[in-house]
Amino acid sequence: MTATADTTAMSVPSATPRRARRRRGTLGQVLFYLGVIIAIVISLFPFYWILRTSLESNAQISAGVGGSNGIVPSHLSFSAYIDVFSKQDFLTPLLNSIIVALVNTVVTVIVASLAGYALARLDIRGAGAILAFILLAGFFPVLAMVGPLFLLLKNLGLLDNVYPLIVVYLVYTLPITTWLLKNFFEQIPRELEEAAMVDGATRLQTLRKVVIPVAVPAVFTAGILAFILAWNDFAFAVSFLVTPAHFTAPLAIVTFGESQFQVFYNLIDAAVVIISIPIALLVLLAQRRIVSGLTAGSFR
Amino acid sequence: MAAEAPLRARRPALRWKSRPPGSATTARRTAADRRLGYLLVAPVLILLLLVTAYPLIYNLWNSFHFVNLSFGALPHKFVGGQNYTKMFTSSAWLAALERTLAFTVVSVVLDTIAAIGLALMLHRKFRGRGVLRAAVLIPWAVPTVVSAMLWKTMFDPRSGFVDYFLGALHPSWASITWLNASVWRSWTVIFIADAWKNVPFIAIILLAGLQVIPTDIYEAARIDGAGTVETFWRLTLPLLKPALMVAVIFRTLQALLVFDVIYIMTGGGPGNSTQTLSFLNYQTFITSLDFGYGGAISVMLVVMALVISYVIVRAFRPRT
Repeated sequence: MTATADTTAMSVPSATPRRARRRRGTLGQVLFYLGVIIAIVISLFPFYWILRTSLESNAQISAGVGGSNGIVPSHLSFSAYIDVFSKQDFLTPLLNSIIVALVNTVVTVIVASLAGYALARLDIRGAGAILAFILLAGFFPVLAMVGPLFLLLKNLGLLDNVYPLIVVYLVYTLPITTWLLKNFFEQIPRELEEAAMVDGATRLQTLRKVVIPVAVPAVFTAGILAFILAWNDFAFAVSFLVTPAHFTAPLAIVTFGESQFQVFYNLIDAAVVIISIPIALLVLLAQRRIVSGLTAGSFR
Repeated sequence: MAAEAPLRARRPALRWKSRPPGSATTARRTAADRRLGYLLVAPVLILLLLVTAYPLIYNLWNSFHFVNLSFGALPHKFVGGQNYTKMFTSSAWLAALERTLAFTVVSVVLDTIAAIGLALMLHRKFRGRGVLRAAVLIPWAVPTVVSAMLWKTMFDPRSGFVDYFLGALHPSWASITWLNASVWRSWTVIFIADAWKNVPFIAIILLAGLQVIPTDIYEAARIDGAGTVETFWRLTLPLLKPALMVAVIFRTLQALLVFDVIYIMTGGGPGNSTQTLSFLNYQTFITSLDFGYGGAISVMLVVMALVISYVIVRAFRPRT
């Protein structure tokens, strides 16, 4: 954005240096804020549009957008939000998703904290190779896991069951959270733990009483990331689940669209709005943490 | 080369690792620590091996056998390289490969350029930076089902904003069918939905790269009279190279494995014209229950991911 601004400004050699600089500054500033506004509008306007669509009645959907029913709808209706629970039973998949994502988050946080601590502090042989493998696992093609895991779940009699997804989703959550926590534990001064151990505490006691309390913010960040990643899955759910009552929320939404002759976007978008709300809240509450958490794995 | 120095300087932890060996109690403690360490790392390793190494080996084994559940529980017959021959000569696979690679190249180039712009914006201190950061994080954080359905709504001829807007410009554009009618229009919408969700993430990786560039370098450049454009090309971009590499690898692998957005927006259509490798793999496994052929496609997908990542790492390696 600013780059384009400066090209135009610099092609005016006749202006005195000071005037040129000031002009470049203002023009650059204007273009910069224009870019910011465009980025915000592109990010958020589609959300306004699905909120708007979700508040339309079936009649408004059938009539389509236009005339008095424009960017602002002609009137608001909550019928889609009622229908999504009364006619479609969105509550069951919603609860499935909540349970799976929350349990996965708890498991992730515990397992990743312990591993992260061990990798940061306990002088394991081959820690570098283990960390590289964990990173690589995060890149493993999801669809290449689907076939063998389908057969495994089938043999265990766990196909069309939402709970095995708690374990499967660890492939999304563990790589980034283990790295994040390992980086964090490395930054805690060793002296803190050594003081506790000189006083006779064992490693695990030190971990529980000294390290974990200090690590709460990082563990919290890991938990937020884990929840987002587990909440977002579609590929595993669509491959392993068959019965609507066992669906996760994202999978259920896709079948809403398929089951109608005419697509009622008010219904789909009401469900879309509902599953976006927890994520939007997490982002608004913890955007700084999320940004620092996301970048933890990439540069250290 | 120069870019790596500031990154390395940020590793305070290394200092602690090289402690001199202490007394006998410390040694005993170290051995016990190490044992505890393996115990603590084991769950992560076992779980990740279960969902990566196990599928890879199983796919490899399946790919050399006839394993098709739609024929019932037949004895798994060894078929040699048949599934691979079938794959490399299959017009469906070759077409999916071509589409996937084309989508990957277009996505990586355009998304990375957009992400650089966004990262530069996020890096600057200005009033409203928090708003911008939250606004771009939400598209990344919501499920792909949300981004796909959201853009499906936006591009719907009846309920969508795009045709409503275009119709206001010219009446004949008021009811364009975007998805599952024309190949190009379908890909355009898929590209937009995919970029909208993934550009923010790439931008955040690049932002982290920008944040580790020391500011005094810019100070020096400014004193030397370098303009903003010159500073960007000769300073920012070269110093951003390590972050750019990570970003390009992330984006390439995501695009190469694109699945959710295709399934939700077009289901591979119109015809098979938006069927990608991952989508073909899904159909072979789950729709056809052909685990032998699906295994071959999966193995090839993993090989491609590895080779392409390696090529990117090589391409970004500083020349000496």
